[in-house]
Amino acid sequence: MAETDIRNFTINFGPVHPAAHGVLRLVLELNGEVVERVDPHIGLLHRGTEKLLEHKTYLQGIGYFDRLDYVAPMNQEHAFCLAIEKLAGIPVPKRGSYVRVLYSEIGRILSHLLNITTQAMDVGALTPPLWGFEEREKLMGFYERASGARLHAHYFRPGGVHQDLPQALIDDILAWCDAFPQALADIETLLTGARIFMARNVDIGVVSKEDALAWGFSGVMVRGSGMAWDLRRAQPYEVYDELDFKIPVGKNGDNYDRYLCRVEEMYESAKIMRQCCEWLSRPENQGEVLPTDTKFAPPRRAEMKRSMEALIHHFKLYTEGVHVPEGHCYAAVEAPKGEFGVYLIGDGTNKPYRVKIRAPGYAHLAAMDHLNKGHMLADVSAILGSLDIVFGEIDR
Amino acid sequence: MSTTETLKELAEHVEAALEEHVRSWEIACGELTVSIHRDRVAKVMRFLRDDAACRFTTLIDICGVDWPSRPDRFDVVYHLLSMHHNHRVRVMLTTDEDTPVDSLVSIFPAANWFEREAFDMYGVLFNNHPDLRRILTDYGFHGHPLRKDFPLTGFTQVVYDEEHKRVVTEPVSLVQEYRDFDFLSPWEGARYVLPGDEKAGAKS
Repeated sequence: MAETDIRNFTINFGPVHPAAHGVLRLVLELNGEVVERVDPHIGLLHRGTEKLLEHKTYLQGIGYFDRLDYVAPMNQEHAFCLAIEKLAGIPVPKRGSYVRVLYSEIGRILSHLLNITTQAMDVGALTPPLWGFEEREKLMGFYERASGARLHAHYFRPGGVHQDLPQALIDDILAWCDAFPQALADIETLLTGARIFMARNVDIGVVSKEDALAWGFSGVMVRGSGMAWDLRRAQPYEVYDELDFKIPVGKNGDNYDRYLCRVEEMYESAKIMRQCCEWLSRPENQGEVLPTDTKFAPPRRAEMKRSMEALIHHFKLYTEGVHVPEGHCYAAVEAPKGEFGVYLIGDGTNKPYRVKIRAPGYAHLAAMDHLNKGHMLADVSAILGSLDIVFGEIDR
Repeated sequence: MSTTETLKELAEHVEAALEEHVRSWEIACGELTVSIHRDRVAKVMRFLRDDAACRFTTLIDICGVDWPSRPDRFDVVYHLLSMHHNHRVRVMLTTDEDTPVDSLVSIFPAANWFEREAFDMYGVLFNNHPDLRRILTDYGFHGHPLRKDFPLTGFTQVVYDEEHKRVVTEPVSLVQEYRDFDFLSPWEGARYVLPGDEKAGAKS
């Protein structure tokens, strides 16, 4: 065969490959085993969330946010609620804030547990997912006990959360916080020093600081590269400024540093959860989780038995919904995967005029070509796993 | 986290440096929004990224907004974040279906997919974009789904055709019409003639 006949080999990776983390189709151009070009084809899970939100009232819209990043549902709802609150000026009672922070951190652990263990599976380990999912199962039990649903919670509301937590649940979460560091340390014994895991991840997918900025990265993707940037600390929302936690930062910006960051973040999240549980248990901190004096929150059930006004208010709230004033605003939270933002345009009616969802995974996946160039084919799945992508939020 | 005063200082600084490029700015909800002229977007973005007082090095998002009643029907909204100074800015410009906006891919590589998305969803065109393909919609999709004149149900649906033994696209057919309830109070929100009211108007 003449030399001119040698050409690059193009293969399809996905959309049903188990390491594609959902429905990602990658068109890979290979020179031997070296990746020359990656062209991700996304949109296979596109459901038109932004279009649907324009046709639903604000309260109905919250449910769609659970279905974006479905491994940490409440963090998404949080961003939407923050945007509505910002635009409409709704106050949040302190207890509501603490419950939200508690459940956001549960979401963070849910997401990180799924990510590090399935990434380990991508590089060949089978046990970590089994161990990690056991803890996830318990956390989803807490989701269920608060909201009635294990995944699609629809628990956060503009102004707080739907219902207060029973004390028994808070005690159980506190007990879980005691046990979790040991469970996580057990998972770490499988991965942190494991020879194969390190061989597949150390110095693979290195993200420099410049790259992280240019490609619009956020969350662990910038922290792994040595920048201590966390919205919970930099632009504190809710009660994060009252809580004591550390921001783990990586050094080399490779897959392995990102893995370590995620593990450390889980220890920190458990610490935050413990502080929230302790705060919520104190007798002086009992009270409302939704504001009682605005038209944005439903009246309490007991009040509706006695007051006609409350009954009318309840009916109007759940049919017509709340009216959010004209204007636009952007609210972002530090979701497990990075900065999850909602750009909301209200037009004074009960439905959003436009909601733009800024998903962190979208920016991360956009850099796939850049990150994979020059790596081996086997590294593609390792890098993909360490980007922590979930197709619900990327395709929207 | 920046306060209104620091945002105001920032806005004045930007306006002073880029006087002819900036149309207006406002601060609402504690956020700075700068409206600029469409053809100056590359210059403005380069300044915002490189100027020592700005250093907006992270492009958070690019999105389109559709206002069908305006001659320039689209807003293109850029969100920028500075991790150095811990502040944000929103840059807005307007365009229509035919006039392209300069692409920012050479300034922020992250703009690539965001611009593809704005093109896919709204049909906003970008100059000098290396690869302006559809991104989220299906292969062979027609139209721009987030435009206000695109119906929620769409125009086509995908079904499995037993005869051809493959997936085919056909015009959408709903067993039941999509129910878009009107919950607005006729005393406050409604911006249309109430059913029956048109007769009263004709009589008088």
